[in-house]
Amino acid sequence: MRILVCVKRVPAPGARINVTADGQTVDAAHLGFTTSPHEECAVEEAVQLTEAHGGEVTVMTLGPVEAEEQLRYAASVGAHNFVLIPISEVDWDPQRTATALFEAIVAIEETDGAFDLVLFGNESADSGGFQVGVRVANHLGRPIVNGIKGIDLDGENVEGFASARREIDGGFEVYQVPLPAVFGVKEGINLPRYPTMKGRLASKKAVVVTDQRTVEVGGQLRLRLHRPVEQITETVILGTGPEAAPAVVDLLEELGVLS
Amino acid sequence: MSLLVVCDHDRGSLADASLEALTFAHPLARAAGLEMAAVVIGEGAEIAGQGLGAYGAHIVHTASHPLLTDFGPEAWGETVAQLMISTGASALLACGTDRGNEVVAQAAARLDLPFVANCRSVDPTGDQWSMTRVQWGGSLLEDIDLTAEIRLMTVAHHAVEAKVAEAPAAGSLVSFSPELGEETVHTVVADRVVLTKGVTLSTAPVVVGGGRGVGSAEAFAPLEELAAELNGVVGCSRAVTNNGWRPHSDQVGQTGTRIAPDIYIASGISGAIQHWVGAMAAKNILAINTDSEANMVSRAGHAVIGDLHQVIPAITQEIRRRKG
Ligand SMILES: Cc1cc2nc3c(=O)[nH]c(=O)nc-3n(C[C@H](O)[C@H](O)[C@H](O)COP(=O)(O)OP(=O)(O)OC[C@H]3O[C@@H](n4cnc5c(N)ncnc54)[C@H](O)[C@@H]3O)c2cc1C
Ligand SMILES: Nc1ncnc2c1ncn2[C@@H]1O[C@H](COP(=O)(O)O)[C@@H](O)[C@H]1O
Repeated sequence: MRILVCVKRVPAPGARINVTADGQTVDAAHLGFTTSPHEECAVEEAVQLTEAHGGEVTVMTLGPVEAEEQLRYAASVGAHNFVLIPISEVDWDPQRTATALFEAIVAIEETDGAFDLVLFGNESADSGGFQVGVRVANHLGRPIVNGIKGIDLDGENVEGFASARREIDGGFEVYQVPLPAVFGVKEGINLPRYPTMKGRLASKKAVVVTDQRTVEVGGQLRLRLHRPVEQITETVILGTGPEAAPAVVDLLEELGVLS
Repeated sequence: MSLLVVCDHDRGSLADASLEALTFAHPLARAAGLEMAAVVIGEGAEIAGQGLGAYGAHIVHTASHPLLTDFGPEAWGETVAQLMISTGASALLACGTDRGNEVVAQAAARLDLPFVANCRSVDPTGDQWSMTRVQWGGSLLEDIDLTAEIRLMTVAHHAVEAKVAEAPAAGSLVSFSPELGEETVHTVVADRVVLTKGVTLSTAPVVVGGGRGVGSAEAFAPLEELAAELNGVVGCSRAVTNNGWRPHSDQVGQTGTRIAPDIYIASGISGAIQHWVGAMAAKNILAINTDSEANMVSRAGHAVIGDLHQVIPAITQEIRRRKG
């Protein structure tokens, strides 16, 4: 089983998101960075699948050179190979990103053979374009389903197929997809592990391959980012500690939620 | 020249989100000098396509094919792409649900065109269309210029409220038969499993939320009790799911569920922006936190400053006392 996961480095804002003066990106001066959550789960899923079926996990990211940090994190939780497509802009548009990822995937597959599975997040946490995975799958000529919350390679599956579960309101749909396939996964598909001491050591030794790509820009041009206008409400403090309970229940009564 | 709106449905019953898409698209089509058409795909399309004239659709294309029964992202995307070409449509719009975004992304990939997801507003009057779209699940907005002859986009879910057009259009049903190969139906629904019926996190009138401040899986028991008294459900923050205290299906936020209860009781939750976007549609918020400076407290309408382990049981007790 050879699995590729595409992950994006994103800032980890807390109480509010601030934008840089030029409006081009999130002001991350006082923030840490993280792997976009859906993709963190995609990495975990890939590692679990290779633990069960053997094989290797390759993690690829397109971003600033600092995105090596997210690749090393993936190494600390069990991924094997790492590819960084460095860019000097703050972000690439979705078409441009997809083309670069596609070309980098083809370059690997030409020497090592096709990946059985390519995993994406359902959407990136920051820009949320809902499309990079679909575009890459289309370039590769492989099937893709998004919104996946379960991947099963054994069970009642015919050899060479994967079944994938997608969440719908109050249940799920099941897709039977021939391999090689591409899935866009969602947080909740698994509970990502924390790095172990051994994992941390492995991540220091991990070799990150850099693959520089030159790709034309796509049709979507970022002008500026800004925060939506927020309604500021005065907070009514109902009290301190358990003595506040009667005031709380008065409020519940007033709202008609006490049946 | 037309603007085509993709309408989603489940075996004949039209999704509310699609009415939002039509409501958003109608004035946009007019401003852009385009005629509005709709497309409904698969089994039940004729039924779901009835009445779209009221929302301003001149033509309703009903696409059918033996391979198009249930939803399949690739088959739907390919169908939309073919219809765009055969009708010469110059714009495409859907509602930005998971399905809507996926189908338009599929069409965009096939037509090799840009796709702008989750717009809140679109200005079609310039040479380039300009849009404001949602980032970070709604915490941030992005203004963009779109350079393309054919414009593909989705409108953010709940950005508009569905309403019928002032002047209805004909809404004539016209059937369309796409050419689909086996490879486009590699990804169709093979089975459906229904897990829950009744009140879910997204529809519950009362949600009792717990965050890292709850401290353990067991310590959620008093929150469950309070929720039960109020016919509500328990929700949680990502810190809680990451610790394995609750299943991800209980998570409220950007990568969890968006809730809209009459009241959200948020206890031991700091109110990070990614949690807040999932909670802000609540009609009332009561924060319970030891920290009076917590973001959840300053954003909530009401708050109790204190230890949730004392406050929550006291509320439950007071409710029981009053119920007698
Ligand atoms: C891309 C991205 C997506 C994310 N998506 C989500 C999401 O969907 N949902 C989500 O929730 N988070 C999400 N997060 C995580 C988010 O940024 C926060 O880390 C998370 O919401 C924090 O959870 P918390 O409030 O429970 O924990 P903390 O931030 O640790 O807050 C704990 C709070 O509990 C209070 N407290 C402690 N003890 C007590 C007590 N005894 N009584 C009362 N109060 C007490 C503290 O004062 C504090 O305010 C996302 C993050 C990223 C980067
Ligand atoms: N810069 C990037 N590097 C690697 N993968 C990416 C990048 N941008 C997007 N992706 C992948 O594509 C998915 C969808 O992204 P998007 O279309 O931006 O919502 C993400 O969840 C990632 O798996």
